[in-house]
Amino acid sequence: MKGNAKMVTRGFSGRRPPAGDARIPPGQHLEHGFPVLSAGPTPRIRTEDWSFTLKHGPRPIKKWSWAEFSALPMTKMTRDIHCVTSWTKFDTPWQGVLVDDILADAGVEPPTAFTLAHSFDGYSTNVPTKDLVVGKAMVALLYEGKPITADHGGPARLLVPHLYFWKSAKWVNGLQFTERDEPGFWELRGYHIYGDPWREQRYTNDP
Amino acid sequence: MSEPTAPQSPWQTATIARILRRTPRVVSFFLQPLQPFAYRAGQHIDVKLTAPDGYEARRSYSIASAPEAGEQVEVAIERLDDGEVSPFFHDVAAVGDEIEVRGPLGGHFVWPEGDQGPILLVGGGSGVVPLASMARHRAALSSKVPVVLVYSARTWDEVVFRDELIELDRRGDGFSLALALTREGARRPADHSRRIDLAMVAQSIAYFPSPPGVAFVCGSNAFVTAASQAMIDAGVPARIIRTERYGV
Ligand SMILES: Cc1cc2nc3c(=O)[nH]c(=O)nc-3n(C[C@H](O)[C@H](O)[C@H](O)COP(=O)(O)OP(=O)(O)OC[C@H]3O[C@@H](n4cnc5c(N)ncnc54)[C@H](O)[C@@H]3O)c2cc1C
Repeated sequence: MKGNAKMVTRGFSGRRPPAGDARIPPGQHLEHGFPVLSAGPTPRIRTEDWSFTLKHGPRPIKKWSWAEFSALPMTKMTRDIHCVTSWTKFDTPWQGVLVDDILADAGVEPPTAFTLAHSFDGYSTNVPTKDLVVGKAMVALLYEGKPITADHGGPARLLVPHLYFWKSAKWVNGLQFTERDEPGFWELRGYHIYGDPWREQRYTNDP
Repeated sequence: MSEPTAPQSPWQTATIARILRRTPRVVSFFLQPLQPFAYRAGQHIDVKLTAPDGYEARRSYSIASAPEAGEQVEVAIERLDDGEVSPFFHDVAAVGDEIEVRGPLGGHFVWPEGDQGPILLVGGGSGVVPLASMARHRAALSSKVPVVLVYSARTWDEVVFRDELIELDRRGDGFSLALALTREGARRPADHSRRIDLAMVAQSIAYFPSPPGVAFVCGSNAFVTAASQAMIDAGVPARIIRTERYGV
């Protein structure tokens, strides 16, 4: 492919997405179900065994049990989500604790510009700290008003809806501030370091 | 971190060089990319179809061919009757057509480099595709690593790559195939006529000289969830299980 000329596929007309295309990022299509994607089997984490740790590098800042965490201020967030496998789902309703409120409870300002989110299954994903604060992201505990099911990342998943959905780490158990932008699990395996769906940053080094 | 390097696997044009029906619902397309690329068994490509008005549809397809197979990349596409892209491939695409592709993609669901012990492969329906690439790769390498492929299909006629997989099994060099037919009786002694369950996984891994070092599961989300649970119940550690979910 040279330049920006689009190659038309012979005989393809496509199934038109319904109204609201301006909400569908390039290369995405509208999905009404809620497909499940993950690198391994679904871990089943009991809330008794759940905890959430905030760290600065190797140093823990604060750790919450399930009871402590779910007592933090809860916020509702209804957002469109965009999976790198090309589906977009409109108006997904979540409830959880804003990263701002987690930091406030710990009594800290973000100490570095980069963050790694960690999960119970060993998965991690990196997100610039500025993409997590000022109301942009939360640790979600409820989906459609009900506890998030294990296959969708329950008991708690990170929600960073403005980035491709692999950044919204399932089974999240901590945020770690890092000095550098350290690639996480998928970012080390060919996926983009930032993952903006509107710029189609799917794979490593997409502009 | 963001060094100013070229995008990984940029979009390019590939020509459909050959079309081969595999089963009533699965057809293989052999794609000749303008810029041939190396890949690892288990990786996938993305394809992009563009309508005259600029509307685009994009989907992922696992690579079925072995990395050693030459420049043409085989994908095997199952027809979902009410789908957008798979019926296009089945009903419209013809030899000589150009399709936009990018690949190889994916760095987790890939045949391990170096010896990691026996390998368990579990596939459902078209989820066998990347596992077939792995089986072909193993054969091309003359690798002796013990591999069991447990493959669930509805019927004998819907077993994609059936004759080839049975032939690989017959070689007796450490690759074995167990078919789980869910709507028909078993035909080979190693086969079953039920869904994949704990007992079936246990029987398959008992064949290994040592516990599996890596396990791959691929298919629909429901299949992957059920099969990986059966594997965990049979004692396969969750941390060695790698999954590829085809979505709905
Ligand atoms: C990494 C990866 C590898 C893959 N490898 C393969 C492979 O090797 N072979 C293969 O055949 N497939 C593979 N897939 C699946 C493939 O990418 C496509 O999802 C598949 O071909 C279906 O695409 P489609 O456009 O035909 O169907 P779609 O139009 O995407 O529809 C898919 C299904 O969703 C349902 N659906 C569609 N729209 C709606 C709606 N609005 N509401 C409710 N339900 C709806 C349809 O009924 C249909 O059954 C892979 C997927 C991934 C992620």
